[in-house]
Amino acid sequence: MTKKQGIIKNSDKTVILLFLVMVAIGWLNIYAAEYTEGRGHVFDLGTSFGKQLMFILSGLVIAAAVMLIDVRFFTGFAKIIYGVSILLLVAVLFAGVEINATKAWFRIGGLAFQPSEIAKYGTALALASIIGNMRTRKPGKADLLKGFGVILLPAGLVLLQKDVGTTLVFLSFSLALFREGWIGLIALAVGGIAVFLFVLTLMMNEFIIIGGLAFMAVVIGVITRKKTGAVLHVITLFLVLSGYVYSVDYAFDNILQPHHKARIEVLVHGNADLQGAGYNLHQSKIAIGSGGLWGKGFLQGTQTQFNFVPEQTTDFIFCTIGEEWGFAGSLVIIGLFVWLLLRLLYLAERQKSTFSRVFGYSVTSVLFFHFAVNIGMTVGLVPVIGIPLPLISYGGSSLWGTTLMIFTFLKFDANRHEML
Amino acid sequence: MQIHNKSGQYAGRRKIVSGIIIVVGLVLLGRLFMLQIIDPSYKAFARSNFLRHITDYPARGLIYDRHGELLVYNEVHYDLMVIPGQVGDIDTLEFCRLLNMDVSTFESRLLQARRHSRFRASVFERQISKTTFAAFQEKMFRFPGFFVQPRTLRRYTYPIATHTFGYVGEAGPGIIGNDPYYRPGDFIGISGIERAYEKELRGQKGLRIRMVDVFNRDIGPFHDGRYDTLAIAGKDIYTTLDTQLQLYGEKLMQNKRGSIVAIEPATGEVLTLVSAPSFDPGLLVGRQRTRNYRMLQNDTLKPLFNRALMAQYPPGSVFKLVSTLIALQEGVVEPHTRYGCGGIYHAGGISVRCRSHPSPVNVVTAIKYSCNTYSSIIFQNTINNPVFGGIQHAFSHWRDYLVSFGFGRTFGSDLAFELPGLVATADYYDRLYGRSGWRSQTILSLGIGQGELGVTPMQLANMTAAIANRGYYLTPHVVKAIDDPSSPNTRYSLANNIPIDKEHFETIVHAMHMVVEDGTGRFSRIPGISMAGKTGTVQNPHGENHSVFVAFAPVDDPQIAISVVVENAGYGSVWAAPIASLMIEQYLTGKVQRKWFEDRVLNQSFLTAQP
Ligand SMILES: [Zn+2]
Repeated sequence: MTKKQGIIKNSDKTVILLFLVMVAIGWLNIYAAEYTEGRGHVFDLGTSFGKQLMFILSGLVIAAAVMLIDVRFFTGFAKIIYGVSILLLVAVLFAGVEINATKAWFRIGGLAFQPSEIAKYGTALALASIIGNMRTRKPGKADLLKGFGVILLPAGLVLLQKDVGTTLVFLSFSLALFREGWIGLIALAVGGIAVFLFVLTLMMNEFIIIGGLAFMAVVIGVITRKKTGAVLHVITLFLVLSGYVYSVDYAFDNILQPHHKARIEVLVHGNADLQGAGYNLHQSKIAIGSGGLWGKGFLQGTQTQFNFVPEQTTDFIFCTIGEEWGFAGSLVIIGLFVWLLLRLLYLAERQKSTFSRVFGYSVTSVLFFHFAVNIGMTVGLVPVIGIPLPLISYGGSSLWGTTLMIFTFLKFDANRHEML
Repeated sequence: MQIHNKSGQYAGRRKIVSGIIIVVGLVLLGRLFMLQIIDPSYKAFARSNFLRHITDYPARGLIYDRHGELLVYNEVHYDLMVIPGQVGDIDTLEFCRLLNMDVSTFESRLLQARRHSRFRASVFERQISKTTFAAFQEKMFRFPGFFVQPRTLRRYTYPIATHTFGYVGEAGPGIIGNDPYYRPGDFIGISGIERAYEKELRGQKGLRIRMVDVFNRDIGPFHDGRYDTLAIAGKDIYTTLDTQLQLYGEKLMQNKRGSIVAIEPATGEVLTLVSAPSFDPGLLVGRQRTRNYRMLQNDTLKPLFNRALMAQYPPGSVFKLVSTLIALQEGVVEPHTRYGCGGIYHAGGISVRCRSHPSPVNVVTAIKYSCNTYSSIIFQNTINNPVFGGIQHAFSHWRDYLVSFGFGRTFGSDLAFELPGLVATADYYDRLYGRSGWRSQTILSLGIGQGELGVTPMQLANMTAAIANRGYYLTPHVVKAIDDPSSPNTRYSLANNIPIDKEHFETIVHAMHMVVEDGTGRFSRIPGISMAGKTGTVQNPHGENHSVFVAFAPVDDPQIAISVVVENAGYGSVWAAPIASLMIEQYLTGKVQRKWFEDRVLNQSFLTAQP
């Protein structure tokens, strides 16, 4: 009794409240997206909102269970949980079913389950465990090998499932590694510049970019000409970046498969092909853009109600919010996510153990990546790589995975004084 | 377990990570602000996605003859329409197979439609067959953005009166630019009655706004049909045409070039309007319209040219009726005034030939024998009449009479594309010869209907109707009633009076009667019917003369006034007069007794005589 009361008392109410509000908003919008007049009871398991209600209820059970289990289970079994999730990732390659061209699902009865959701959780635990157990403050070679290994192994297996979106999610762990000093600020900046130049190369002629780089090189060269060796550095940097830009362009033209190319071209060149790859994005932007300031109202979205946006309950759920609730609704959702993420960061920083801090950062990073990429793709800022909006999108695996991550972290936080 | 201090040496990096999260949140918000608040285009996109503006085309009004016989009606066909902005990810191959179309045609049509408008319907394929329609209807849901629009096509009971009916064609860019009623693919009357009565015939398009889902399935009316309008059917047109007479006229004019215009004198109603050669009005309907039109356009016989309203000839001897009436009214000749004719008339170096006939002649016998000498003398008397104090004034006065007969101007009635003909003015001669450079003999040929004169067959028929009425005419027109046959078209019920006394008309009518009884038109006399007529032979510098005849009958109770022009057929008495007499017999008795006379006309062709 006293232990249970202690858990509730020590749990972060803000995160729990945000969790509940977002799950409820998600369910309402799934209901709106699937709603057809005169059809489907709220609990109808033939509908996605009926199923989602079940997922939410079972998610709450999972949350409660996590909060009740002894915290040492997670720290002690971190590597075993990771190992199980890796085994599931391997198994799904053989025993899985193909959904939307990715072989990432187990089908059990009427429900489909995606082991990569567990893998994210397992990886976060394993990474926390490795960094938390380091003997030295600076990571040794063995630590680095193990640390990057636990991330790259599941990422590689997910890539084998042809699930590019989820593979990229594993990139987000770099944010946690950055916090722990494994990745420097310069590396993060170089990564950022590389991504920026990459997108820029796809959007315009590579020679214009190289010309721009040359101009900047000349300007910087003139400014720093008094410094010895600076000119050489500038020239080297210019050559490296130009080579990078040129090879990105070459790779895009010669290596990428046509359908990937099409998706990227849609993104960077606007609505060139509305019949093909651009259709989803176009309809998504119509839905969101037509919402205006206050939206069309619950169940009043024409894009939503007449099913113009494909995959609207899952990857494109944000369209329903944008259309029926307008910019006001968008503001609320983004506000909730930023609030949740910053709160999780705050909680992570107040952890006494490295283990739970790393885990908190991993959870935050994964949720952040999902949030940024999912909404980014619905508004045309990011290529359409189908990953769900956590807590909002329809889907049991995603909801359970997210619930596990958040509540495991809340458990750590509630027990932060014991975790030494 | 290794224990670190509270936050480690990189604790400051929390701010960077927070910063990244906040910046990304703000970037997303900024983008959403652009999409949702700044850019208005997505609202239009959304509307066009789920709203279908369905135009209901009303049936075009029908066209009847004067007895209520149906002549022009409608037949339903189906156009395949496309709204390019709604064309989803469709199975192009399947689509093309259904339509029996190749993929490149499909793509170019879609591109063309998209250029016109992404959100408005364009015609993708015109008049698809009933089987294609049925196959399509079944699979429609698989081709979002496409739908079938029922439309009507004109059909004709008889292949006649093409020029009078005119035809219906697609509204061109010029029309669409000027009149918002018309959209690309809409039909509009291009000529004839279809053009003159376009507003009545077309009715009013209806508009329904329906909601559809992504599969193009109809969900229901938008706002319960609050913005919908009903289509209003076009009004029917009851023409003045007599089908049997029109049929007969076209039959007689087979293999000939020229025209027949028959008018009911008491009303100005056009009974028959034949322009030969003609063509089947059905040729200018439907998919083959453009091709057929080009073919007709390139035809050297110019079938598209409506000779009855647009061909202009010097009237020749039939004009003597008018010039004699003017001379009588001006008092420069009395009915019994006699002049001798020696077969040629000289006036100041100009000579006019005449043919041999008994001499001397008075007004009546001069008409009866079509004496050029007599006509020349009285014309000179009219122009040289000293009361006018000058040729300009005298000529203008003379010209005013011609205009009162309807020459030198259009009637401005419901006859599309009529031409005014030509009646030169005094100014014209002043410019040509100098103010004092012309005398009555300079323009002497006008007195016998030659020279600077151009009249249309319609104007000749109208002149004949005016003579039959003894001094007035009603504007010739082809529509008797609109919508309701019992409420006649009153637009043309006002008489146009000619400032010539009735007694002079009686003199001329008597003379015309004599022409048929015992003069140049005697071979065309109809047993049992009193007919008044006048022959004309129009000199044609380009080939054989044109044969002309005007007539009305019965003399004392005129039911029909007619003008016949047969191009390159020689004397008026030989071809035009028999055709006119057959027409009158057909109209007044309902049949033709003189079969040999009819066969003679039917078997004659003048089309090979074209130089
Ligand atoms: Zn004579």
